[in-house]
Amino acid sequence: MADKTGSAEIAEIKPINKLTLKQRLMSYKRKPLSLVMLLLVALAALISAAALVFIIVYVLVRGIPNLTPELFSLTYNSDNVSCMPSIINTVLLTLLTILISVPFGIGSAIYLAEYAKKGSKLVKVIRTMAETLAGIPSIVYGLFGMLFFVYTLNWGYSLLAGAFTLAIMVLPTIMRTAEEALLTVPDSYREGSFGLGAGKLRTIVRIILPSAMPGILAGVILAVGRIVGETAALIYTYGSATGYTTGLLSSGRSLAVHMYVLTNEGLHTDQAWGTAVVLLVLVFGINTLSAFIAKKLGNKKG
Amino acid sequence: MREYFDLELANLNNRLIGMGTLVEKAIKDAVEMITNGNEELLKAAREQEEVINSSENKIQNQCIRLLLHQAPVAADLRYVSSALKMITDLERIGDQAIDIAEMTQYIRNRSSVVNMTHIQEMAEQAAKMVTLAIDAFVKKDIDLAQTVSRSDDVIDGLFDKVKNETVELIHSNKELGCEAIDLMMIAKYLERIGDHAVNIAEWVAFSITGSREF
Amino acid sequence: MDKFTIDKMNLYYGKFHALKDVTLHMPENKITAFIGPSGCGKSTLLKSLNRMNDLVEGCKITGDIRLDGEDIYGNMDVNVLRKRVGMVFQKANPFPMSVYDNIAFGPRTHGIKSKRELDRIVEESLRDAAIWDELKDRLKKSALGLSGGQQQRLCIARALAVKPEVLLMDEATSALDPISTGKIEELCLKLKDDYTIIMVTHNMQQALRVSDNTAFFLLGEMVEYNTTDAVFSSPKDKRTEEYITGRFG
Repeated sequence: MADKTGSAEIAEIKPINKLTLKQRLMSYKRKPLSLVMLLLVALAALISAAALVFIIVYVLVRGIPNLTPELFSLTYNSDNVSCMPSIINTVLLTLLTILISVPFGIGSAIYLAEYAKKGSKLVKVIRTMAETLAGIPSIVYGLFGMLFFVYTLNWGYSLLAGAFTLAIMVLPTIMRTAEEALLTVPDSYREGSFGLGAGKLRTIVRIILPSAMPGILAGVILAVGRIVGETAALIYTYGSATGYTTGLLSSGRSLAVHMYVLTNEGLHTDQAWGTAVVLLVLVFGINTLSAFIAKKLGNKKG
Repeated sequence: MREYFDLELANLNNRLIGMGTLVEKAIKDAVEMITNGNEELLKAAREQEEVINSSENKIQNQCIRLLLHQAPVAADLRYVSSALKMITDLERIGDQAIDIAEMTQYIRNRSSVVNMTHIQEMAEQAAKMVTLAIDAFVKKDIDLAQTVSRSDDVIDGLFDKVKNETVELIHSNKELGCEAIDLMMIAKYLERIGDHAVNIAEWVAFSITGSREF
Repeated sequence: MDKFTIDKMNLYYGKFHALKDVTLHMPENKITAFIGPSGCGKSTLLKSLNRMNDLVEGCKITGDIRLDGEDIYGNMDVNVLRKRVGMVFQKANPFPMSVYDNIAFGPRTHGIKSKRELDRIVEESLRDAAIWDELKDRLKKSALGLSGGQQQRLCIARALAVKPEVLLMDEATSALDPISTGKIEELCLKLKDDYTIIMVTHNMQQALRVSDNTAFFLLGEMVEYNTTDAVFSSPKDKRTEEYITGRFG
């Protein structure tokens, strides 16, 4: 074991393996192109960061003054466009969509990664389809959801129709990320488990899924992000009723749709900005929470 | 593959042949001393014995180094370990040859009546065995080695003859007690040289086949 | 008494004839070493002994392999076979869970649920693998935090926890430092009183130090099989001699 040196002593050390400013300037003098490159990429990073910061600050500046208690009052009416019902609706919608899509997504990922023959035609077809579906604009899903769930199955504008439509929309994402996560689980874990006489099911449930969980979760988080931010697909399926959703077949509006409608009507632009802040905080909250969960699972692992 | 190791083994082989040649010379000198007697030869033989000893040391160190560095197995292992054992026998032969030469000189200086015919015969037989054993090693010839092993009986028979003669010598002339003892010792040394030659032949066999039996 | 018998075994990967007419009988409570150049089929043969080759696409086996006289490719349940024939892999592969859970995974798989029983098995296995003293205070810590040598001994302990009769070791020390290697070799010598060990090794000195019998493989063929002493002091086949003395190819 190396001796522990006090941090004060370490601070005093002058390492010879760090370039001094003078050395750095010298090296740029020799290779001016590398200085140009450095400046270009630094500029790119700066502009990107500035754009993001600008949007967030802009939303906050316009929105925070409008975060009045009335905005969170329990009931919505045309005078006070409270976003409380849509917050609750968003949570319900998200939960239901995840509940529908995750079992299917993970299930098919397990099939593709663990059971299907490596490199079989079926797997390739499914993968290509999933990738294609992931790239389709959400309005197409909305249209499909409207025709199939709302009209053909006659569910009307409803939570169920919205959740199913979004579930189909996020399924490819969940499936692909889960499959990737399963494929990155080293084969040595499988060998180790089989080598101890564990069957396929036990190996998957006890060894592979726990190892792949952070990756799978990342896909679910991505899906949640899309669900919370979705508008186009929801307008045609979940509708835009202003109240609380009271049942599976009851219509409602999610936060994003709520914001869209407010902006569209042009009567409550201030409240729309306030809602934007709420949405921002919600997304931030979800991300933090999921990062926390991922870390928890990761800690258990590493 | 393993060029360096092969080079080292060839080098070891050359050294062993060199040492064998020296020992062969030593025993031939001893025979010459018994037959003709020669002060000069004795002096040369003493110097040669030093060379044999240092040769043994060098070979021994090389063998140990090869065992350490190359961890030889199979034929390589048998060869190196045989070499390690053989040099002990060779060195003993060298020692005994010089002892024989010295004692012969001593007897010659004291008396000329002692009959050395059978000793001479023994010496020639021993020299032949040593030469054969070294030949067997150089040529890696299992048949030659076997010949050495078989001819040990001849030298043992001669030893018995010399023993009887010595007993008679003491009976006939009590003055010659000292010479008689020396004579006996020379015979014993020659008989031992025969045994060492057989040992060498057996190590040659081991190196070739992995068994010391023929 | 032969623990494992292989008779006229052939193995194909697709069209590649990987093992040719192998006949090999391995005695109980002995350490048998498989040596040979890379790609000679020794690892493939080892993996056939607990049917790990079943997982490989296009792998076809003919012939007869028996454990205690029972055909392992017959009616024997593959999971039961793998319980009886444990395996330690080239690269230590502890599961991403605690030391305790790693060891308990096997016993739990085979239906042991009692906490007391599991505690006992975990301790006993770690003791048998000569790593109890190092790990007894970190049973709840992740196994991935251990050193390479500790991980490999943990994997041995994990294999021992299901009470196998045979232990297959596939180059189990090739990634380890000499000290860890030495510890595992010592362990093998200790374990052979209770287990039959079959190991694949690239380290001939290891085969010499540890094994009782050695089989030499070349191009899918078993060239020579004899006591380790005999193989390494007086090999019968010229190819064996060339390989072990390093004058191969």
